[in-house]
Amino acid sequence: MHEMGIASSILDTVLAETAKRPGIRLLALGLRIGEISGVNPDSLEFCLHCLVKDTELEGLGLEIERTPRRHRCPKCNREFDVVEYEVACPECGEFQTQLVSGDEMEIAYLEVEDA
Amino acid sequence: MSRVSVKRKVLRENDRIAEELRARFRARNVLTLNLISSPGAGKTSLLEQTLRRFPAGRKTAVLTGDIETDNDAKRLEPFGFPVKQITTGGSCHLDAQMVERGLSSLGAEDVDVLFIENIGNLVCPASFDLGEACKIVVLSVAEGDDKPLKYPATFVRSALVVINKTDLLPYVSFDMSRARDNAKRVHPGVDIIEVSCTTGQGIDEWLRWIEKRLAAARKTAPAPKD
Repeated sequence: MHEMGIASSILDTVLAETAKRPGIRLLALGLRIGEISGVNPDSLEFCLHCLVKDTELEGLGLEIERTPRRHRCPKCNREFDVVEYEVACPECGEFQTQLVSGDEMEIAYLEVEDA
Repeated sequence: MSRVSVKRKVLRENDRIAEELRARFRARNVLTLNLISSPGAGKTSLLEQTLRRFPAGRKTAVLTGDIETDNDAKRLEPFGFPVKQITTGGSCHLDAQMVERGLSSLGAEDVDVLFIENIGNLVCPASFDLGEACKIVVLSVAEGDDKPLKYPATFVRSALVVINKTDLLPYVSFDMSRARDNAKRVHPGVDIIEVSCTTGQGIDEWLRWIEKRLAAARKTAPAPKD
């Protein structure tokens, strides 16, 4: 339910970025949303569409890359995707592994066209 | 058509303010704890017990968030520590800017421990850094023992799970060992403390946990208290 605020933050950043590049038209937006970021991608997409409706950004394309939860083992350095909360290292069995990604919420790229 | 790489954090404005707050807390040797739970798990009750038994000579203050009403602040004021209610007027979580504003009206930054009581919600508060030293999740035995599996984003980010209302264990189907296993499964390094804010059981252990964190934070923080 916090997705509306997050969508609004995304648009603020996008508008600031496009303002830096006069004469371009924004076509699409690429986001990276981690599996454990606490954000629901469907809800985020819905909120973004609501916010751009009837504005110059209406019809903006959206691509959301859902990034998996990845952990690193401090003992053997193996990096692995966590599936079903299984955080033990598949290599050596170490239980205390560390989160390296999967909690991100990032604007990855903008797709633009010279107007 | 071309692709422009941006690589900007979505919540960069929140994160920028949170980092400023974190630096401010560190410079003043304030241990800031962000309390998260579903509604009714007992965050305010835990704070009542905490303030009632807060170690003599230690200073503390509370920023308490709610969507509406200042009921929580009224419950916490009688203990004589500075308390400020943050009313979000609909927002389901606190963000760093609300904390920054709350701090200026609290007017009490020279404390050992600052408690931030987040909005009762196990989802949204997880995404917003408030500049805290750590997040703490409060879970009550009146809820399901699978809560850690259902809300991993909150449990992964929390340093401690406080399991409250243990006095109700005989009357509910909550399986304590399953709850502990689920919390460890989602976050192997997490600490767990069982308390009852009704009987006071476990509160001493919680206060010792805070003291330990305080000592650890001060060992790494070079700034002396003025």
